Amino acid sequence: MVDFGGWDMPVQYTGIIDEHHAVRRAVGIFDVSHMGEIEIHGPEAARLADFVTTNAVHNLKTGQARYSGLLYSHGGFVDDILVHKVAGDHYFLCVNASNQEKDFEHIRSLNRFDARVDFAGGRYAQLAVQGPKARDTVQKLTPVDLAAIRYYWFTDGEVCAAPARIAHTGYTGEDGFEIYVAPADAGRIWNEVLKAGAEFGIKPCGLGARNTLRLEAGMALYGHEIDASTSPLEAGLDWIVKFDKGEFVGREALLRQKEKGPTRQLAGFEMRGRGIGRDGYEVLVNGSPAGWVTSGSPSPTLNKNIGFCYLPAEQARPGKAIQIMIRNQPVDAVTVETPFYKRAK
Amino acid sequence: MYPDNFRYTKEHEWVLVEGDTGTIGITDHAQQELGDIVYVDLPKVGVHVELGKSLGSVESVKAVSDIYAPLSGEVTEINKLLADAPEKLNQDPHGEAWLVKIHLSAPAEIQSLMSADEYVAYIGAEK
Repeated sequence: MVDFGGWDMPVQYTGIIDEHHAVRRAVGIFDVSHMGEIEIHGPEAARLADFVTTNAVHNLKTGQARYSGLLYSHGGFVDDILVHKVAGDHYFLCVNASNQEKDFEHIRSLNRFDARVDFAGGRYAQLAVQGPKARDTVQKLTPVDLAAIRYYWFTDGEVCAAPARIAHTGYTGEDGFEIYVAPADAGRIWNEVLKAGAEFGIKPCGLGARNTLRLEAGMALYGHEIDASTSPLEAGLDWIVKFDKGEFVGREALLRQKEKGPTRQLAGFEMRGRGIGRDGYEVLVNGSPAGWVTSGSPSPTLNKNIGFCYLPAEQARPGKAIQIMIRNQPVDAVTVETPFYKRAK
Repeated sequence: MYPDNFRYTKEHEWVLVEGDTGTIGITDHAQQELGDIVYVDLPKVGVHVELGKSLGSVESVKAVSDIYAPLSGEVTEINKLLADAPEKLNQDPHGEAWLVKIHLSAPAEIQSLMSADEYVAYIGAEK
């Protein structure tokens, strides 16, 4: 167990590689109850949500979810979040555990609308069931037709006869569901999911596998690829910035950055030499310091060592030879296209 | 689980002393804590290692950890098996997956190490 933002979290149950393969090949379950929840209610809930986030909220349909950024006015990330439209006057945000108090204060401080912001972290536990057999597993426990929930949509229904918000979302690059339930029901549902998934070889999965899976899928992790000093444009997240939706916090700074072009850019890399470029390691281009690694790990699916690093924008295109300083030795690597892994559909 | 003829360090290495040779490895507790091991970096034969100083590193999926020399001496042999099969360290850390053998330069240092019983009590208290 490790302390993760004040939560006792298992890094692994049976082993990171074992759990990782279970999710890619069959199904795994993660207890991600540490994730925070914030709810916005009121006639102008959508206007507030649109004002504090980068992606569009106004054109979300009821039952739809969208990945988005919560930015400071200087364009750096407060957090990366999922926005769910529960109703026209009700939005449900899933945010990172260690950022939840900061996010709540940030949104509340910007609330000049007819809307109410509620901190709801204590009201929800979250179980993520992920993998090609995730749907078959969860379907045994709910009357909701899971096949009818499109990717990045959600439905409020029941799981194991308990009220549940079932979202067709995930952080693994596999098909799967993120299920929000009352904390009192979570333990029982966890056990029932394990039983339902037994025939597929379900494994309980920890933070370690969650990290290797999201990295292969090319997804950012707050505190690594993104933080207060990085913008969505630098992090390759241009697609979550909708400049045409009207005013939002960070828009002016991002527009200025877009005009000039960001000076640095996130790039995926693969190790060529022996070693793993890890978070914080220096990156060299033509022998000179040029950037740093944000995440790095063996990729159990690809059998390579992969990672993300920041590089000067002009160097960040795929196919660039770089070196990473691993324990005082430069080791060869090359920038590559991301995501590193894409599931066959 | 923890052989009585080994001596143990607080950093979770073990050493088996036979004559003036010490065979060094990491403990089962260490491999469990590290998780899936993907690289083992060992010193070259002939290098002098010193009690408490790093003699190499073990890298798992999640992190890199130093291996500290439990005793001082000159490296006489390294376990070549681990270059191609680092996962052996997860499977048999007290046997097949020993790390290095050293020629002891200060055998009396062994007084500073823990017995198996002391080590088991130590990792019990650490939890």
